[in-house]
Amino acid sequence: MPQFEDIASFPSQLFWLLVCLVVLFVVVSRFAIPRLADIMEKRQKMIDDDLEQAERLQAQTESAIAVYEAALVEARTAAQASIRSVSEKSAQEAERRTSEVNSRLANQIREGEARINTLREQALSNIRSVAADVATGIVSRLAGLTSVPQARLEKAVEDAIKEN
Amino acid sequence: MASPVEQFRIQELVPLKLSENIDISLTNSALMMVIGVFVALLFFWIATARRTVVPGRLQSCAEILYEFIANMIRDNVGKEGMRYFPYVFTLFVFVFLGNFIGMVPYSFTYTSHIVVTGALALTVFAVVTVIGFARHGAGYLRMFFPKGAPIATAPILIPIELISYLSRPFSLAVRLFANMTVGHIMLKVLAGFVVSLGALGAASWGLGYLGAFAAFSMVAGITVLEFFIAALQAYVFTILTCIYLNDAINMH
Repeated sequence: MPQFEDIASFPSQLFWLLVCLVVLFVVVSRFAIPRLADIMEKRQKMIDDDLEQAERLQAQTESAIAVYEAALVEARTAAQASIRSVSEKSAQEAERRTSEVNSRLANQIREGEARINTLREQALSNIRSVAADVATGIVSRLAGLTSVPQARLEKAVEDAIKEN
Repeated sequence: MASPVEQFRIQELVPLKLSENIDISLTNSALMMVIGVFVALLFFWIATARRTVVPGRLQSCAEILYEFIANMIRDNVGKEGMRYFPYVFTLFVFVFLGNFIGMVPYSFTYTSHIVVTGALALTVFAVVTVIGFARHGAGYLRMFFPKGAPIATAPILIPIELISYLSRPFSLAVRLFANMTVGHIMLKVLAGFVVSLGALGAASWGLGYLGAFAAFSMVAGITVLEFFIAALQAYVFTILTCIYLNDAINMH
């Protein structure tokens, strides 16, 4: 086999092997590996960047949603507050009007009662004088007493009214 | 017809002599090595020319090759082994291209020569041994007598370990050389059968044609097998280098 017989070719094979290996090593280590590593690194970086951006956008979306929800809650509470204040105000208004009406009515009742009282007193005093007159007439007609003192007669009438 | 080993004959193409005894002529073997280097250069050049994020076919191949070797080192040696990545990468590319260029008809398989595979293997052996002693000093001698082994086993264990260590370059060299040589001889012999049986064809009532066809089918099948072996042996050579590197860096 030439592999074992052709010893004279060994130096040439070894020389060219050395040359080619060294050149290939330079090609691989200075050219192929850096370029390939660079390509793959860039790709990895791009993927990482994209993922990072996606994460950032996701966070932005979430914060926007949070802001929106906070605004919604705020609007809802504001609406409820205004509803409450309006209803409170109207309740106060109604109360105020009721009390006004009540007081007016009370006034009128009081006035009416006062008038009734005065009228009743007037009527009562009229009744007394009428009763005294009637009593005077009755006394003079039945007993023929004309000189009954007015004061005594009135006293008697008064007593009679009180008894009733 | 030429002998099946004739294909391994070194032929001088451009005579070149350093001195009376040292002949460094450009031979068919040397030419294939040079072609291999150019193929590698061209391949990496074109593959990385466009530097696209989404790789094209050639760039994918280059990236797969890169990842393949890088993972081989990471899995077998660990992160520290990545310092020797360019060296391992070079070895793989050189052996792989040698095996594959050899599959081209009329070319020459430089990895079918024991001088070449022996030099490669001895380089690996030397590099690994130097790394081992550089990292562990005299402690690297522990390779031949592992910690925890009973001292009584030393007379047996140390010679065995020593022989297994020293036989590494031989097994590395012979495995590659023998695989390449035998494959090519087999192809040559079977292809010779095709010719000689075919020549007998008419004289043997067609039986020769039948035989020639059978031999041709085998040549076709073995050609496919040889492509597989070409890749496999490059892989084996590289992964053994990684395993030896691992021994030198991490001991065992």
